[in-house]
Amino acid sequence: MDLLNAVVALLNFVLIPATAYGAQLALGALGVTLIYGILRFSNFAHGDTMAFGTTITILFTWWFQSMGLGLGPLPTALLALPFGIAGAAFLMLGTDRVVYRFYRAQKAVPVILVIVSMGVMFVYNGLVRFIIGVDEQRFADGNRFIISARDFKEMTGLDEGLALKSTQAITLVVAAIAVALLFWFLNKTRTGKSMRAFSDNEDLALLSGINPERVVLVTWLIVAALATVAGTLYGLDKGFKPFVYFQLLLPIFAAAIVGGLGSPLGAIAGGFVIAYSEVMITYAWKKVAGYLLPESLEPDGLAQLLSTDYKFAVSFSILVIVLLFKPTGLFKGQSV
Amino acid sequence: MSGNPYQEDRGNKDASITRPGLGGEIEHRESGPARAAAADIFLVGESMTGGYGKGPDILHDCTIAVDRGEIAVIVGPNGAGKSTAMKAVFGMLNMRAGRVLLDGEDITALSPQDRVKKGMGFVPQVRNIFPSMTVSENLEMGAFIRQDDIRTTMEQVYDLFPILRDKRDQAAGELSGGQRQQVAVGRALMTQPKVLMLDEPTAGVSPIVMDELFDRIIEVARTGIPILMVEQNARQALEIADHGFVMVQGRNAHTGTGKELLADPVVRQSFLGG
Amino acid sequence: MTQSMRAPLLFAFVAALFLLEGLTDAWIFSGSWNTSLSILNMALVSAVMALGVNLQWGFAGLFNVGVMGFVALGGLATVLIAMPPSPGAWAAGGYQILLGLVLGAASIAAAILAYTRLPRGRRRVVVMLAILVGGFFLYRWIFDAGVQAVESINPAVTGNLGGLNPCGDYRACGWMTIISWPVGGLLAAGAAWIIGKTALGLRSDYLAIATLGIAEIVIAVLKNEDWLSRGVKNVIGIPRPVPYEVDLQNDPGFVERAAGLGLEPTLASTLYVKFGYAILFTIVLVLILWLAQKALASPWGRMMRAIRDNETAAEAMGKDVKARHLQIFILGSAVCGLAGAMMTTLDGQLTPGTYQPLRFTFLVWVMMIVGGSGNNFGAVLGGFLVWWLWVQVEPLGAWLADLVTAGMAEDNAFRTRIMDAVAHMRLFTMGVVMLVMLRFAPRGLLPER
Repeated sequence: MDLLNAVVALLNFVLIPATAYGAQLALGALGVTLIYGILRFSNFAHGDTMAFGTTITILFTWWFQSMGLGLGPLPTALLALPFGIAGAAFLMLGTDRVVYRFYRAQKAVPVILVIVSMGVMFVYNGLVRFIIGVDEQRFADGNRFIISARDFKEMTGLDEGLALKSTQAITLVVAAIAVALLFWFLNKTRTGKSMRAFSDNEDLALLSGINPERVVLVTWLIVAALATVAGTLYGLDKGFKPFVYFQLLLPIFAAAIVGGLGSPLGAIAGGFVIAYSEVMITYAWKKVAGYLLPESLEPDGLAQLLSTDYKFAVSFSILVIVLLFKPTGLFKGQSV
Repeated sequence: MSGNPYQEDRGNKDASITRPGLGGEIEHRESGPARAAAADIFLVGESMTGGYGKGPDILHDCTIAVDRGEIAVIVGPNGAGKSTAMKAVFGMLNMRAGRVLLDGEDITALSPQDRVKKGMGFVPQVRNIFPSMTVSENLEMGAFIRQDDIRTTMEQVYDLFPILRDKRDQAAGELSGGQRQQVAVGRALMTQPKVLMLDEPTAGVSPIVMDELFDRIIEVARTGIPILMVEQNARQALEIADHGFVMVQGRNAHTGTGKELLADPVVRQSFLGG
Repeated sequence: MTQSMRAPLLFAFVAALFLLEGLTDAWIFSGSWNTSLSILNMALVSAVMALGVNLQWGFAGLFNVGVMGFVALGGLATVLIAMPPSPGAWAAGGYQILLGLVLGAASIAAAILAYTRLPRGRRRVVVMLAILVGGFFLYRWIFDAGVQAVESINPAVTGNLGGLNPCGDYRACGWMTIISWPVGGLLAAGAAWIIGKTALGLRSDYLAIATLGIAEIVIAVLKNEDWLSRGVKNVIGIPRPVPYEVDLQNDPGFVERAAGLGLEPTLASTLYVKFGYAILFTIVLVLILWLAQKALASPWGRMMRAIRDNETAAEAMGKDVKARHLQIFILGSAVCGLAGAMMTTLDGQLTPGTYQPLRFTFLVWVMMIVGGSGNNFGAVLGGFLVWWLWVQVEPLGAWLADLVTAGMAEDNAFRTRIMDAVAHMRLFTMGVVMLVMLRFAPRGLLPER
């Protein structure tokens, strides 16, 4: 019984939250890795792109809610998501047109684009502040739980409850759909293949009649979609606060690099590696240990390896360790 | 510290923010119009003078041509401008004088991409495949501009290079040097080009593989596609060539049929090692 | 405008901005010397930061996006040096904390040693892991107890170790604060050494992500390790190297002199204090600028530029590129640390909760880009100009909004919306300024050559 309780506690406090968080990071990292593969630079504005897409989604969610439009048990935000994606796509294409395209024509080196993306980051950050302000917004509605801790206890008779928030389940389902769509697109469609070809060898892609501007356009569109989905799922799960989105940049970069920059599969793996390590190392194991160990050995403290505020330190340490032993990341990326 | 300020990276090699390696090197430029022009020869780069970007002229009044059903080779010492001449024909050079005619059209103003659409197939010397994509995807990308069914063409390529059929689902970057060159040529053939241009197809492969590649190239020529190629191995190349162009310092030094050039004592002395 | 006239003219323009701020309350200016000096002081500090980043990016192409971390470390130095020690803290647990830290460092060193010395194989991994895990628990056991002891000492007022100031009273020994500035530089340099050693030593460098991560970690440490920095409870009342306003106002001599200048004592004392800071900061800025210029004109500086412009050639000539990069990265970070200590001194308090990357990392990048990367004077100019803009964006925005909505009613929805937006103008404007500069003057206001 104690063993079961321990497993349930582990599921409840570590595995489920970490999986949801991992899926959110993976979606974010996919966007970063795509831009790195095709446009050859790391986009510092990615966190703020996520924030912008989410902002638009929230605005539409509110509008739908005010009209009484909804999806019943599912959050209204899912209905608003396509509009958020459209908003983000609109912004990114506009940015590309006004900002990035000039540098492509100039054959600017990628590091200049990195600096440019810092400027874009400031602008997006300002835009989000204009539109929605800096305060935390909650926009999740619908059923809160698929299984609540109390129901679970009653159902199983265990001491430990297992709660599965609907936002967590939705995160996983939506992320799985998004990733499946992305991989189908990249591997099966002509346009997707042309993107991979462009990432492999720009000149040859050009000589094969692939239009670089079209590849770039499609890339921005996909990135806008991924960023908005990632941002919205994160916001549903944990609430929306623009500054937090900016800070997500570090774990997202870490995930992309750990997985191998430029490798979509790597980005997904990296997202989960980072999420699991963050949650496991900052989780207070007292409860789980309490079930498993005999009373005499039970820890006095929280048995927490690091305080939750050090979660950045965890992503960062994982990153350094992976790079020390495998400089190209877990999946061979394009960073060598 | 000169030139384009957008191209100053200050020696930064940070792999966490920028992807290492080369990006696209072909200059983007707008295509001009193609004009009808009278010419007897299928493809000719006539009195070409020019260089890369704003740099000095590399070619001086250089003429290269290939006619229907022929193999033409460009040979010459290192740094003679052989590859440059071919790139000029393909529109990757800033030409200050001269013109390029293809099948009765003046295409001097066309961008490289548009020349591909006009029926020119080009195989660069290096970086001529998509390494992370499979062999069949490489061929598919070669046919990107085509809207029709490409399966027959792909079968033809597989018939020509049987090894590629066996390795169709392998990443092209994992193949051997000779096999990669076959992928590269196969990719160019996928557009069903009216003329095929090869830039040193045998660079860096072993002599045995080289012989095989030459055989394949002859086979391609037999299907009726004229071939213009740059070669380091002058003797072997001239042996299979209908026409040869010997270049020295960006200029035509000797021109003739392959046999004539092989027989020419001056050419033998200077370029074929006696 | 010729190149040689450009710099003096631009600096004159900046000087005019600050003078106008003090002289007139027309347009967006406040007409207050107090405000003018406040902006100037932060501008001086910002200029030093921009110099540090310029050393790294401008002269070596090293991409440091962790300026915030080094600045915060500098701030920590002022606490560790200039604050008086908390009574009884060292005896209660200070030494134990030190012991814990030493043990932690020793176990990492032992693990590295084991990894490098032992033969490849499973045994090596097991030994290394054993050392790390054992070391971690030993470290936590000793360290945690020490921390608990220190933090339980009068937590409402101290709860931290405090610094080394021997004078007791918080107003005494203000010169200790000045000592803390170079120490701040040293702290930052130490952190930079560790980061550089790891990130520049990898097969291809990963400095950007490393600095981004370390900066967040430094802030997390400052926020959480109460024994060190009092965390989010902030350290206030850091001793000043300049006199206190109250003391000046109580000094009859000062009041008399102020009256002689036609100033009332309160205003005169604030101006006096701010002016004091301005002089100190100017001395530091000029010193660092002079050193940076000297260094870059020296053979060392020529070598740095040779490496930057053609690393392969420099390597072929036998230059140790990695060591040089590490050197300049440490130097640049030290300058940022120094600036951070100066800033904390100016604030008189360490507030770990206020460090944000946009303000302390990326804004410094904007300064350097606007001023001109690779040009020390450019970095200084950028520091002044961008900081001035950062402060004045709001009045500027309000003025613009007024202009646009003139003639609309007070309660017009559009007008109120615009007026609200003005509060968020800052970041947006910085982004636009940066993008415009990058596009139309990518080498900055004062190009490298």
